[in-house]
Amino acid sequence: MSTDVKAKVAPGVRAGRVSFVWRPWLALVTLALAAAAFLVFCLSIGIGDFPIPLPRVIATLLGRGERVDAFVIMDLRLPRALAGLVVGVALGVAGAITQSVARNPLASPDVLGITAGASAVAVFLVTVTGGLAATIAGTVGLSAAALAGGLGTGLLVYFLAWRRGLDGLRLILIGIAVSAVMHAITTWLLVTADIRDVARAQAWLVGSLDGRSWDEVRVALGCSAVLLVVVAAGAFQFRPLHFGDDIAAGLGVRFAWVRAVMLLCAVLLAGAAVSAAGPVPFVALVAPQAAMRLARYPTPPLVASGLVGALLLTGSDVVARTALPVTLPVGVVTAAIGGPFLVYLLVRANLRGR
Amino acid sequence: MDLADAGHGPGRLAARGVSVGYGDRTVIDGLDVTIPSGVVTAIIGPNGCGKSTLLRTLARLLRPSTGTVVLDGEDIGSLKTREVARKLGLLPQAPVAPEGLTVADLVARGRHPHQSWLRQWSSDDAAVVARALAMTGVSDLADRPVDALSGGQRQRVWISMTLAQGTDLLLLDEPTTYLDLAHAIDVLDLVDDLHEAGRTVVMVLHDLNLAARYSDHLVVMRAGAILAQGHPRDVITAELLRDAFGLRARVIPDPVGDRPLIVPIGRTHVVAPSDRDGNSGQDQR
Repeated sequence: MSTDVKAKVAPGVRAGRVSFVWRPWLALVTLALAAAAFLVFCLSIGIGDFPIPLPRVIATLLGRGERVDAFVIMDLRLPRALAGLVVGVALGVAGAITQSVARNPLASPDVLGITAGASAVAVFLVTVTGGLAATIAGTVGLSAAALAGGLGTGLLVYFLAWRRGLDGLRLILIGIAVSAVMHAITTWLLVTADIRDVARAQAWLVGSLDGRSWDEVRVALGCSAVLLVVVAAGAFQFRPLHFGDDIAAGLGVRFAWVRAVMLLCAVLLAGAAVSAAGPVPFVALVAPQAAMRLARYPTPPLVASGLVGALLLTGSDVVARTALPVTLPVGVVTAAIGGPFLVYLLVRANLRGR
Repeated sequence: MDLADAGHGPGRLAARGVSVGYGDRTVIDGLDVTIPSGVVTAIIGPNGCGKSTLLRTLARLLRPSTGTVVLDGEDIGSLKTREVARKLGLLPQAPVAPEGLTVADLVARGRHPHQSWLRQWSSDDAAVVARALAMTGVSDLADRPVDALSGGQRQRVWISMTLAQGTDLLLLDEPTTYLDLAHAIDVLDLVDDLHEAGRTVVMVLHDLNLAARYSDHLVVMRAGAILAQGHPRDVITAELLRDAFGLRARVIPDPVGDRPLIVPIGRTHVVAPSDRDGNSGQDQR
């Protein structure tokens, strides 16, 4: 009887002092996602006026390519492709954290006001000329200011939602309300601004990877790398939060502290992503949900969510540049691909009867 | 206190002069209680009297504004959350599992206080989880999703998770809420098994007869204070029920057990309201 039961309990893997639960399907899906993301990443590098076939892209990335390829790839195309990868991972992980904290799939950074706040600040800087706006844009730059806007709005939502603890639904409602205010500010700025500035602001608002240079990518890359390390370190203590505060506390987790750190990481990751690519819609919402269903895991898996985000964003960018004669901004495609994909996953689950 | 003469072990968990409230509303004011070891203690009282607040304070979910909760001779507030979780298992009211989580995975989460970032699963863990599943009779459900189970089964699974925590001290907040009587009895029989296996159990219960039947020590609360405590046989009287709940009732011997049985007397449907013991018949409130 006892051995019988033990067989049903997830098996463990041990290597020296390290041990973890062995989940073959989750591991397989994560590996497959990583491989797919890498492939699409290389594909995205190969696309352009000077097409480079996949084997040569990979060879160049490994440092064994020709010098012409190396120049095109390393100097011209890698920043854009890396930006797509980083923005996708950041949005996917940020979404997984916010959805886990709120225990609600609606709670993505888009809903919680982070992207709306970043957008409002960015549009303010683009459309309002002279005075304060010019000073800010001149000293810290558009990206950093947008990041600060996202962070500020995220914190505002968090503190407004706080009432003797954090309730997921309250967080979402406050997020929607604050987002609405931010959208109103953005719209007002766009309506009153000079038409040329409006065009620039609109381009930023759709979310795009066009013309990303190393300078812009480096900031997002560095920030995200540091934040992802913090998230990885906190992931173990974060797990019991899926069961609510009381259970988490009963299991010896200082939930308020863990949650605050992880949420702050999520807000900063989303802010870094928005500052690098603009408010790319839908990735943070759909990536964790897709990862859950692909990995058949009851809660948003952090790594797989990030990889789905990267795959979705990079893939969308490839489609945006190749599908139509005109190059579309990536944000248009993420929504167009992400929406039906989530619907497909949900409908497939219905057909299976679960 | 009356613990020593009742033959209980010395208390490992106690509240000393504890006041707790939410915001500026005080729910419990200067309360003292010692939880006797090795027995089942039930906390009863009318709605809003502070039963759950007391349990949550004992479990360190709430911080008292004054006074201390003592666990094994130490102020529980000075212990690390993790240390508390290794000594004391808690089942909060109406917990919810993520949709699709399997029984085995849920129970496995009970090992969390014993794990670390690097050491997330050992063969010890597997053995403890298997034992917790077996003890609560949910081994056969191990690979089923928790949300697909009946209310009674689900509650067993949650108790199994707190068991997997490996503590001798279990705090259960209304473990029978939302369960029909048959499943409530089933869960309380399980609680009794845990007690037989040497654990100390503290639970908040709504149903007075079940509390009398399944506890060895009753703590009766009213308005944030303890009205009476002791063995159900000594504590449950018609006077106490009137004082604590404003309930008219007769207390008779339980025909199938050795505990008192409460027969409530309402306004209607009472054929023989007169109480021959003269305990509670006179006033109509």
